[in-house]
Amino acid sequence: MTAETDTIRITLKVWRQKGPKDRGRFETIDVPDVETHMSFLEMLDVVNERLTLEGKEPIEFDSDCREGICGTCGAVVNGIPHGPEKAMTLCQLHMRKFRDGDTIAVEPWRARAFKVIKDLVVDRSPLERIMEAGGYISVNAGSAPEANTLPVSQEISDQAMDAAACIGCGACVAACPNASPMLFLGAKISHFALLPQGQPEALKRVIAMQRAMDACGFGNCSNERECEAACPKEIKIINIARLNREYIKASFGSKEK
Amino acid sequence: MELAAHVPDGPIQKKWDRHRFELKLVNPANKRKYTLIVVGTGLAGGSASATLAELGYNVKTFCIQDSPRRAHSIAAQGGINAAKNYPNDGDSIWRLFYDTVKGGDYRSREANVYRLAQISNHIIDHCVAQGVPFAREYGGLLANRSFGGAQVSRTFYARGQTGQQLLLGAYSALCRQIAAGKVRMFPRREMQDLVLVDGKAAGIVTRNLLTGEFEKHEADAVVLATGGYGNVFFLSTNAMSSNVSAALQAYRKGALFANPCFSQIHPTCIPHHGDYQSKLTLMSESLRNDGRVWVPKKAGDSRPPNGIPEDERDYYLERRYPSFGNLVPRDVASRAAKAVCDAGMGVGPTGYAVYLDFAEAIQRDGKDVIRKKYGNLFDMYQNIVDDDPYETPMMIYPATHYTMGGLWVDYNLMSTIPGLFVIGEANFSDHGANRLGASALMQGLADGYFVLPYTIGGYLTEGAMPRVGADHAAFEDAVQASQGRIRRFMKTPGARTADSFHRELGRIMWDHCGMARNEAGLQKAVGQIQALREEFQTNLRVTGSEHEVNQGLQKAGRLADFLDFAELMTMDALDRRESCGGHFREEFQTEEGEAKRDDEAFCHVAAWEYKGESTPPRRHQEPLVFENVKLAQRSYK
Repeated sequence: MTAETDTIRITLKVWRQKGPKDRGRFETIDVPDVETHMSFLEMLDVVNERLTLEGKEPIEFDSDCREGICGTCGAVVNGIPHGPEKAMTLCQLHMRKFRDGDTIAVEPWRARAFKVIKDLVVDRSPLERIMEAGGYISVNAGSAPEANTLPVSQEISDQAMDAAACIGCGACVAACPNASPMLFLGAKISHFALLPQGQPEALKRVIAMQRAMDACGFGNCSNERECEAACPKEIKIINIARLNREYIKASFGSKEK
Repeated sequence: MELAAHVPDGPIQKKWDRHRFELKLVNPANKRKYTLIVVGTGLAGGSASATLAELGYNVKTFCIQDSPRRAHSIAAQGGINAAKNYPNDGDSIWRLFYDTVKGGDYRSREANVYRLAQISNHIIDHCVAQGVPFAREYGGLLANRSFGGAQVSRTFYARGQTGQQLLLGAYSALCRQIAAGKVRMFPRREMQDLVLVDGKAAGIVTRNLLTGEFEKHEADAVVLATGGYGNVFFLSTNAMSSNVSAALQAYRKGALFANPCFSQIHPTCIPHHGDYQSKLTLMSESLRNDGRVWVPKKAGDSRPPNGIPEDERDYYLERRYPSFGNLVPRDVASRAAKAVCDAGMGVGPTGYAVYLDFAEAIQRDGKDVIRKKYGNLFDMYQNIVDDDPYETPMMIYPATHYTMGGLWVDYNLMSTIPGLFVIGEANFSDHGANRLGASALMQGLADGYFVLPYTIGGYLTEGAMPRVGADHAAFEDAVQASQGRIRRFMKTPGARTADSFHRELGRIMWDHCGMARNEAGLQKAVGQIQALREEFQTNLRVTGSEHEVNQGLQKAGRLADFLDFAELMTMDALDRRESCGGHFREEFQTEEGEAKRDDEAFCHVAAWEYKGESTPPRRHQEPLVFENVKLAQRSYK
């Protein structure tokens, strides 16, 4: 490796909360020997190993693939979902981005619709309810036509892929002052609205998914653009604009009221 | 025990059609009377759950993560194979079949592989209809690329995120069925035990990972889609929660475990860098299409890569395999990297890395073209390693990535326990001793969308028994046993965390049961594993409570199973006295250092039967008969 391995000392101020009903508090933990090649979650692993050996409860946090694609991990680091680096999930954040002596605040996603389960673990299941309301194209296995019967221009396909890249981590909700998931929803609506396969159900889909979003207690978009800044996959707010356009279209055209 | 594979008679091209006709159908009105359990929501489990529900069955689906969309299939980068022959470059179902059998070093079941190749085209049709945004050509038709060891372009892809897009397709289909009330989804559940009644799969016991509660679920059949066991090495490209527990519970209940020693080491991963490391990151092998692999000719050459002149570099893959060059299959590329590093030519701080160099491709095509193809991978590399691959060659080294072994299944994907089906990476599968690139996604989706939904009907009409309720004593017994296990972990008054044991286990397995294996090393490993397991029983420390989220406790449970499994894997590697695919026994190699099979003695599947905690397992054989492909020494020269 070209970069020298360096060791820094940091102070963690990490959110500890026993369960949904506990009030929660920050706990201060001194971490004197963080190797800068570590990822942020590996640093937490090391802290947890020590806490366990001291007979204390480790900091609970979710993570799985640790390569930025599964969307499982996430915490607010120094006030920013997934931490200060652009276009990055928390598992991809490395300690070399911090300096010796830094104090780092770590909190769970905070939104009315996301209950804290324990420490940094939150319940993101309301996003599932939105998906279940219409985040699909109704096609049964076995019934599809030959794949190349329906050409899709490369440009449109690329735009659909940009939107489909959403990993469902919930950082957009955590970043939004209204705790709105409209970037998440806009990405899914755009993915299908752009493609010819998505057309037959387009009107019904946007109404149903928007309704599910409201029913879960999420807020609405007021163009703060915080979601776009926090999104680890750089999903653009043009997707929210497209969501709104689709919604207006559907309000006139759909039989769903 | 005779292992009946139930492969239909007749010419290989007709077997699947014939079998589908001969399978009895479940009356549509009766489908809603059946309840099926699917454990796991990756490509195999997600697609199977959705498809079974579309057919009218009631499905209960379980996953360990907080959402079914997070299963580790999501991390697959490169692509999915299909025999569409869109590029008109000579591909066919027969060629995909042939390449897969050969790539697997002739240790897979011919009829299964042929079916896989047949189904591959339907998968692409279905995924496109679901809205999967595959890469396209300017004219709007689907694009293909050549991938890891194939001489035709048959790989469909969605940037470097093909697994993600295919999984989201299956997840979408699953969401639709959840909304329709046909699938009941149980996230954050871990399967604790398989329940048998009269020798048949009757349900499972799960633990709610948020509350610690044990839950009983009865069904007419159980489907395991719980992935592979690569994390036995601790460091692998698998996700943190990927584990062998569900498969091992089935094994302990009588399902045979096939070819556990067949594990795949992927050649292009970011090298290991520190003791605290929690995982290894894969760099898609699509990089090998444009990158050239080399090491310095001189051992211990510490000059920076760009300072080493052309004639002092050894492009060892191009030298050893002139016709396939940098595109040789994964097992061959991985072993070649190990060989040059063992000989002292390795680079980087540990000496266990080789260069993957894009200088020539950048000079030929320009930086922008390379960025368009691999931009996200280059960014990922730069972020992790803190080095710019556009300027300096990447450093890569092999890492555990996939496991070809798994629970033994017949042509219907049913294990040796009636009513227990196993799909995707969790079964011993169609990949033989080595899986070709872009074939895992194909197999997971083939099993889930197109094979299991047919074959499970055959069991329900002919083999199933009347469903027993969860009040049956067998369920309570399973709960008691599982609860006892959890309490033992909580009460062990030890001084080491599960991770610390797991790291040690990983080192034993990597050193002795990894890319190269030999008798002495494997025997040593068995002793070390047994000693470690003994220590684990008395020296584990888990803090916190069993009645709330407790990831330390979850890790302990998974590790206990990995410790048992590691011994089985090592025994299998010891008994397979040949080299084939990913299983390389140093005693059995050609003069040029290539894997040397012994078709006389080992052209079979080894399937292990559990005989109890203190009795060694018994090895059974399913002979492999090749009627359509001639066995040959694999050559990529």
